[in-house]
Amino acid sequence: MAEGESEVRWDGLCSRDSTTRDTALETIRQIILRKSECLRSVKETPYRPPDEFSNAVSLDELNKLLAHLLMLSKRCPFKDVREKSEFILKSVQELGIRIPRPLGHGPSRFIPEKEILQVGSEDAQMHALFADSFAALGRLDNITLVMVFHPQYLESFLKTQHYLLQMDGPLPLHYRHYIGIMAAARHQCSYLVNLHVNDFLHVGGDPKWLNGLENAPQKLQNLGELNKVLAHRPWLITKEHIERLLKAEEHSWSLAELVHAVVLLTHYHSLASFTFGCGISPEIHCDGGHTFRPPSVSNYCICDITNGNHNVDEMQVSSAGNISVSDAFFEVEALMEKMRQLQECRDEEEASQEEMASRFEIEKRESMFVFSSDDDEGTPARDVSRHFEDTSYGYKDFSRHGMHVPTFRVQDYCWEDHGYSLVNRLYPDVGQLIDEKFHIAYNLTYNTMAMHKDVDTSMLRRAIWNYIHCMFGIRYDDYDYGEINQLLDRSFKVYIKTVVCTPEKVTKRMYDSFWRQFKHSEKVHVNLLLIEARMQAELLYALRAITRYMT
Amino acid sequence: MEKMSRVTTALSGNALTGRTMHCHLDAPANAISVCRDAAQVVVAGRSIFKIFAIEEEQFVEKLNLRVGRKPSLNLSCADVVWHQMDENLLATAATNGVVVTWNLGRPSRNKQDQLFTEHKRTVNKVCFHPTEAHVLLSGSQDGFMKCFDLRRKDSVSTFSGQSESVRDVQFSIRDYFTFASTFENGNVQLWDIRRPDRCERMFTAHNGPVFCCDWHPEDRGWLATGGRDKMVKVWDMTTHRAKEMHCVQTIASVARVKWRPECRHHLATCSMMVDHNIYVWDVRRPFVPAAMFEEHRDVTTGIAWRHPHDPSFLLSGSKDSTLCQHLFRDASQPVERANPEGLCYGLFGDLAFAAKESLVAAESGRKPYTGDRRHPIFFKRKLDPAEPFSGLASSALNVFEIEPGGGSMSWFVDTAERYALAGRPLAELCDHNAKVARELGRNQVAQTWTMLRIIYCSPGLVPSANLNHSVGKGSSCGLPLMNSFNLKDMAPGLGSETRLDRSKGDTRSDTVLLDSSATLITNEDNEETEGSDVPTDYLLGDVEGEEDELYPLDPEHVNPEEPEYVLPQEAFPLRHEIVDTPSGPEHLQDKADSPHVSGNEADAASLAPVDSSFSLLSISHALYDSRLPPDFFSVLVCDMLRFYAEQGDVQMAVSVLIVLGERVRKDIDEQTQEHWYTSYIDLLQRFRLWNVSNEVVKLSTSQAVSCLNQASTTLHVNCSHCKRPMSSRGWVCDRCHRCASMCAVCHHVVKGLFVWCQGCSHGGHLQHIMKWLEGSSHCPAGCGHLCEYS
Repeated sequence: MAEGESEVRWDGLCSRDSTTRDTALETIRQIILRKSECLRSVKETPYRPPDEFSNAVSLDELNKLLAHLLMLSKRCPFKDVREKSEFILKSVQELGIRIPRPLGHGPSRFIPEKEILQVGSEDAQMHALFADSFAALGRLDNITLVMVFHPQYLESFLKTQHYLLQMDGPLPLHYRHYIGIMAAARHQCSYLVNLHVNDFLHVGGDPKWLNGLENAPQKLQNLGELNKVLAHRPWLITKEHIERLLKAEEHSWSLAELVHAVVLLTHYHSLASFTFGCGISPEIHCDGGHTFRPPSVSNYCICDITNGNHNVDEMQVSSAGNISVSDAFFEVEALMEKMRQLQECRDEEEASQEEMASRFEIEKRESMFVFSSDDDEGTPARDVSRHFEDTSYGYKDFSRHGMHVPTFRVQDYCWEDHGYSLVNRLYPDVGQLIDEKFHIAYNLTYNTMAMHKDVDTSMLRRAIWNYIHCMFGIRYDDYDYGEINQLLDRSFKVYIKTVVCTPEKVTKRMYDSFWRQFKHSEKVHVNLLLIEARMQAELLYALRAITRYMT
Repeated sequence: MEKMSRVTTALSGNALTGRTMHCHLDAPANAISVCRDAAQVVVAGRSIFKIFAIEEEQFVEKLNLRVGRKPSLNLSCADVVWHQMDENLLATAATNGVVVTWNLGRPSRNKQDQLFTEHKRTVNKVCFHPTEAHVLLSGSQDGFMKCFDLRRKDSVSTFSGQSESVRDVQFSIRDYFTFASTFENGNVQLWDIRRPDRCERMFTAHNGPVFCCDWHPEDRGWLATGGRDKMVKVWDMTTHRAKEMHCVQTIASVARVKWRPECRHHLATCSMMVDHNIYVWDVRRPFVPAAMFEEHRDVTTGIAWRHPHDPSFLLSGSKDSTLCQHLFRDASQPVERANPEGLCYGLFGDLAFAAKESLVAAESGRKPYTGDRRHPIFFKRKLDPAEPFSGLASSALNVFEIEPGGGSMSWFVDTAERYALAGRPLAELCDHNAKVARELGRNQVAQTWTMLRIIYCSPGLVPSANLNHSVGKGSSCGLPLMNSFNLKDMAPGLGSETRLDRSKGDTRSDTVLLDSSATLITNEDNEETEGSDVPTDYLLGDVEGEEDELYPLDPEHVNPEEPEYVLPQEAFPLRHEIVDTPSGPEHLQDKADSPHVSGNEADAASLAPVDSSFSLLSISHALYDSRLPPDFFSVLVCDMLRFYAEQGDVQMAVSVLIVLGERVRKDIDEQTQEHWYTSYIDLLQRFRLWNVSNEVVKLSTSQAVSCLNQASTTLHVNCSHCKRPMSSRGWVCDRCHRCASMCAVCHHVVKGLFVWCQGCSHGGHLQHIMKWLEGSSHCPAGCGHLCEYS
């Protein structure tokens, strides 16, 4: 594989100059045709493909190339590349070689493909975003395609991610991807793991590390504990955690490195939430994103199974929308009515101080028990993330037991005043980027709700944001947590809770069952709020611990 | 105002006393405020709300305002302010958005007076009107500011900042109706309290949230703001557009800023994160804080000057649960620890260094000279006009400027253009080149040339009589003394050094004198025939190439012998030489005035860009066996050439190589020579010295080099009439059979250099046109154009 990768250079395609792309593609075409040719000649002699090792290897190589080409033909923002890739695939097919076809249905399993923007039909602004993303990564991933519902956010997201992974920073490039893999693996997010395994190898990472964390350097192993706590119980992070990382003799982290790592970890934890929350499909060129089988055989996909989400569900989506249109319609109306009421009676009725305080506690405690009823306890943490099978990594199901979460008062340590300053001090510019991203996510609104226009959704957005922070024990003194109960119904809470805390358990049913009348773009919007709120919550805990360590 | 003045008088009566002290609180403080009598301070935080009396030796808790069984969020204070008119009145801002006022005059245990629950989000700041007893202003996270009249139950007016959240509000001290508010998005707004509909003025002050602001207590219209971008800015609000007057860059986000009373330019800041110290800045010195208080172990959250007219007491509360009183005289002054020395090279080779005043001041007695020494470096002394802490860390700044062009490569260009490389006898070439080098202030090079001349041609020329004469002079009149200036003297004024070299040249090889004064043409051929047994001084040759060696003579020699230097010399007017060195006499003067000039410029000397190591040769005794064949030196000469090449002066290497020709060529391998040639040619071409470069190519003996100007020598010409290329001959067009370029003067075809006027496009032979234009300014073709030849 490494050999095949080194022979074919894809980076030329990322150029903005069409002639460069053309030459690069032409070279690729020649290589592929040569390989196919020689493969065919081998094939033709003993009629059926022999199972000899060497041949299998070269076939494997070729298939990887073909899969990449398939991805390009579908997902490259440059029209010329798309067309030419398709042409090459066709000519390979004419040589009698089986070519892959994409599996699944678009970038997301939850959102019908037709709802999602097709590559090639984007407007100028989005095209610029796509081109940037493609130029930076050599691909246009499904996450981008789903996020492009909200281009304003996407821009900031991509900028941040690009900075975190590729620009100046204290950590070496392969460390960054490896930390991304570690974080995604915490949530068994095979999609992100696959993506970053490729990137990790591309920037020269040691393939041995991928066999498990115990093969990685001690320094990264030390980070495992922080990763685990941060992902599932960030409120338990103490300055001792930080101290253990910073004072480990030759394996110690520097403060700047640690902040970089923490930002990466939180970024990928929440991105894993997004991946599951929106049901992102595997990338076309990755495992499970394409098949060489002819369509007639089966529509079976590994990832669908592992997520308890068979293709059959896909059929139900379309119908689910129609089942209870009237029902869902009332839902929206009821929500709007509640918002209106809250707005109006806010000034009249004042809850007592005690009540306010207890409301938060109630909400916090309740959020512990909010879990989907169909969440089967028996679901074993399957080894989706094959690289990280490590028993000590087992997910600790704390929430079931109503564990006490201490209260974190945001007035004493908030992102704007404290977190930002710390991050920007230790990892310059990133504080600014993340700050912008938080702001955009928090303030993003189109003043619409389902079919209604000109709605002030700030109350609803604040409720969602504060609900997530509430689950992490973060309290806003100036918020009446009673509002959450009024605005967020149970199925929505279940979805939020699952996406934020145990994203791997999100099912299509959950996605479909909340806010049934809302548009997909609005559900993606909700997801953006979820992931940013989660990221901020994790960051707050981690940064507070670092601050405490420093003082 | 009257009240204020009374306080002042009271203060003058019994001045504040106290010491640096701190007391432990039970919980982290969020804000503090001082009573107007300067004897009490209130501390507020999430779970603390207490009043302390400030006594001589300690803080004494006077009152705990946190009463009631169950702690209410109304008591979780983000800010607290004590009314400056009424010592019984306090206001707090609660994190849950409530504004509470407290009346200490209430008889009951609970002093809570009024509760305003109008803000929906955390209230970040409350502020009393400085002169109005009942007006309270609040700024909240929800983006609104509210003005309360304490005699009423609810707000009088609401101001919408149209922004996310208000971080600070401050009434102007002088403008009765004005207040400033700062916002999370970096804006500062100015409002008129009577006009809640829109702000009077808005500008962006910081990148990111502006956490705090403070009006200057005296300077009407000065507003200091501090933000997350780690800056403190001082704005002049009196002008039409807010003007940034000062900007202080701190090391962490600025949480509070407070002007220091009675000190017009001082303000105190504390930070929100990371940095726990309190700094007092002089805004005119934005890089080093004037004072620093390091008592706190966690971030400082509130600062207040104890009395509005006393600059020495600062109170502070911190997250580390302590309340501190800082005395200004106990503050640490970072300036004292500052290292006021610095050294920096400018873009054009200028050099500046700053050193502690005391170090430089020691030499102030030398000041008179600094003005004279313009060549080639300026020596500027400038005292920093920094009154704030002058004497503490002031340093003197010295700037050495290289004579215009000195830092550039102009010497290279000049040298290249003026060097003579061929066409004259070796001695003449050497002398010429030495002169060129000397005039450019490159004494080492000059000396090298002189030595080369001595090595390769001096033994031949001088009639023995002359030699005798000169030697006699040398020993009797003390010519060598000219060499004996203290080393230190030379560097600052390179002129003196130049003169040295000259004089050295004089004493050493009389031929120089002969050449220049008597214009005797030296003849290389008599080399061998000449004055062998005479005590000559060209034995100096044996130190050639060792320019690094110094022979400093005793400085005492200078004085007694110097006068003799100026004595007119018989027969050989030494003055002649000295005269062409303009700076020479002046320097002499200097030296005469003060025998120990040296100390003054010692540092300057060491900083001088020119290599200060040249050989001071003294002719203490003469060598007689000066007949060493030139070959004897060739090893040394080759070493010297390599030395120059390695130093980067490939020009010297190549020039010497060309001038000496066969004499040394065989000792240096072909490849090295070629390398030198190509580098030099490359350099010349970069400086567009095409002629010189071509000459070098021509003179080079290296095959590879000399073929350089044989390549691509074709010049393609187009016919001026039919615009087609003239293929066969350059002057007649094959197609239109016309001569392309006729001389306007002689009407013949120009086959060589053709010069034409860019105005009228007439031209002709270079010589003809030049001659023509000497007599007339009109075009020779009669077109009436006034041609210019330059």
